[in-house]
Amino acid sequence: MEHLSGGEIVICALKDAGVKHVWGYPGGAALHIYDALYRQEDVEHLLVRHEQAAVHAADGFSRATGEVGTALVTSGPGATNAITGIATAYMDSIPLVVISGQVPKIKIGQDAFQETDMVGVSRPIVKHSFLVTQAEDIAETIAKAYYIASTGRPGPVVVDIPKDVTDPNYKVPYEWPANIKMRSYQPTNKGHRGQLKRAVKTLLSAKKPVIYSGGGVILDNASDQLIELAQRLNYPVTNTLMGLGAYPATDRQFIGMLGMHGTYEANTAMHESDVIFAVGARFDDRVTNDLDKFCPHATIIHIDVDPTSISKNINAHIPVVGTCTSVLNEMLSIADDMATEPDAEAIKDWWARIDQWRADKGIYTANRYEPSVGDIIKPQDAIKALYKATDGNAYVTSDVGQHQMFAAQYYLFDKPRRWINSGGLGTMGFGLPAAMGVQLAFPDAQVACVTGEGSIQMCIQELSTCSQYNLPVKIINLNNSALGMVRQWQDMNYSSRYSQSLYEDSLPDFVALAEAYGHVGMKVTRYEDLEEKMRECFALKDRTVFMDICVDKSEHVYPMQIPGGAMGDLFLNKSEKT
Amino acid sequence: MKRIISILLENESGALSRVVGLFAQRGYNIDTLTVAPTDDDTLSRLTLTTQSDDQMAEQIVKQLHKLIDTIKVVDLTVGSHIERELMLVKIKASDAEVRAELKSCVEIFRGHVVDVTASTYTVQLTGDSDKLDAFIDAVREIGIMEVVRTGVSGIARGDKFLRV
Repeated sequence: MEHLSGGEIVICALKDAGVKHVWGYPGGAALHIYDALYRQEDVEHLLVRHEQAAVHAADGFSRATGEVGTALVTSGPGATNAITGIATAYMDSIPLVVISGQVPKIKIGQDAFQETDMVGVSRPIVKHSFLVTQAEDIAETIAKAYYIASTGRPGPVVVDIPKDVTDPNYKVPYEWPANIKMRSYQPTNKGHRGQLKRAVKTLLSAKKPVIYSGGGVILDNASDQLIELAQRLNYPVTNTLMGLGAYPATDRQFIGMLGMHGTYEANTAMHESDVIFAVGARFDDRVTNDLDKFCPHATIIHIDVDPTSISKNINAHIPVVGTCTSVLNEMLSIADDMATEPDAEAIKDWWARIDQWRADKGIYTANRYEPSVGDIIKPQDAIKALYKATDGNAYVTSDVGQHQMFAAQYYLFDKPRRWINSGGLGTMGFGLPAAMGVQLAFPDAQVACVTGEGSIQMCIQELSTCSQYNLPVKIINLNNSALGMVRQWQDMNYSSRYSQSLYEDSLPDFVALAEAYGHVGMKVTRYEDLEEKMRECFALKDRTVFMDICVDKSEHVYPMQIPGGAMGDLFLNKSEKT
Repeated sequence: MKRIISILLENESGALSRVVGLFAQRGYNIDTLTVAPTDDDTLSRLTLTTQSDDQMAEQIVKQLHKLIDTIKVVDLTVGSHIERELMLVKIKASDAEVRAELKSCVEIFRGHVVDVTASTYTVQLTGDSDKLDAFIDAVREIGIMEVVRTGVSGIARGDKFLRV
């Protein structure tokens, strides 16, 4: 058996866990680990410019590939800088392992230099965390971390390692544990058969059904099963913000995203439905609107791998705990056995109503916003141009705000894992580092970071990382010279008193800034140039491009749920309500 | 209503803070909490009491179960169960009349006087929380100097048991 130091064991264990890339930033307490990293070639380390970006990049990598992402940071400020990234991953159930250096054991609790109680600070935002107290435990702890992160409802796991535990002079036998078994952690995968039968029966007897699918379907790679079930039943499908791409957006049965900025047809169909089939979704407050008014006629079937998600906000009539893939497979086979078909006549009527809603007020049947003209570029049109230039095939990451919602509405995702955004935590600054992670995973793919001039400045330092590792991401900056979503709310609720949402005079020259980092900068101010410039941008395959698009400052995101209303109560534009 | 929730927990550092943190984070209250290793010293048994309706109690149990360090969780109030709490009370007892009254009160409640000085009695009492509350009410007039309660411990009646 090999004898290795703790630092070497960390790296060997990562290699044996199948890790090829680690995003990170060195510092005192992590230096033994960094030295072990230097002396090998199996695990590649990518140096970011801020630890938050390391975690976001690992997160983007994970969302695009389905693998566990890995980040490595030092103690104290390194660890606390990682916190926003960890919380982002936690809210969206993204599997990550974050390894943090810690001060030597003997100094823990002494307020030592760069000491932070990382296990304590991260506790509410991790799936689990470990403090490793001896080199002998490192391999097993790391194996457990990857196991916990990737199974059940996925999530981030922190492994905090004091510096003395990675001491290069103390060597112990290294063995990668073949199997991990934990008596206290045994996630449920298969749904209860009796419940599944009830679920199928209820689903088949529906007259006004809606399939409401969320991020869980993407995380569990259950998109194929979802499509099969939906198409076999000919039921309408709506996706949450986190679930976009799980069902192809260009398919007839897709009725758009639901929730706060969801489509009229999706939100109205939900409200009118008699059966809601929720798969891997969690009835988030950005979906349900007022809980008391939520879908009054619906019987709710709720599939989720996490029992705590079921009946947390909305009571489920038929709860099923299990992974989306296994449950959907099982339901398909039960439906085969039952040999009952849905009520075709009722479903036909239901579709007629939905198609009417689409035709009347849908955002895909007509432009529901003023057209772009001359130097007024509508942000919606910028997203449409992006869609066109990339043939709808790009990986699109986003930051948080109006641009995020426009991208979710107007970039039609036909495949899972293509839409990568911070849905739960809503983290500005996520987009660029996440795009780096995606580009690393798929070097030849088109990767676009849709952002705004507010969000991009929260992690703009990563333009430097893009240079260092030749990550040719395309930054599509919808520049409206304001914190657009904040301003929209100030327009709607605060009589347009723009408290701290404006900074026009102080914005940088983004073209010059991109060039200063060695990238290509482009500025678009006229609508007629938009499509061509967008093509030009994506033709630069090997370059990072910063495309600064000056968009209409007064545009709002619609539809928008009316606060305190039911799902289908919407503002449709600045003057019209449902 | 009052719930008594029993948890079998890995006896590891940080495990207790995850339980307590969960309650703070999700806005649940903890009325009492007791924890100690079991006959198997890799395991801790934790009992806590909380006020909650059915829906919240269900969430609490599920959220507790979701913690990686918890092995088993049960809401004892769902079935018949035994609830015990231990209390030590130090009471002013200088004159003979008061001492006699206190002694009879302690007897009624099946407690013990476990320490005596010229001016105090220290009484030990076990039982369910209501009984301990009732004793406090009974001696409040006499003059309580100090009350120490362990918090509730609980176990299911009959054949049911919580074990790995």
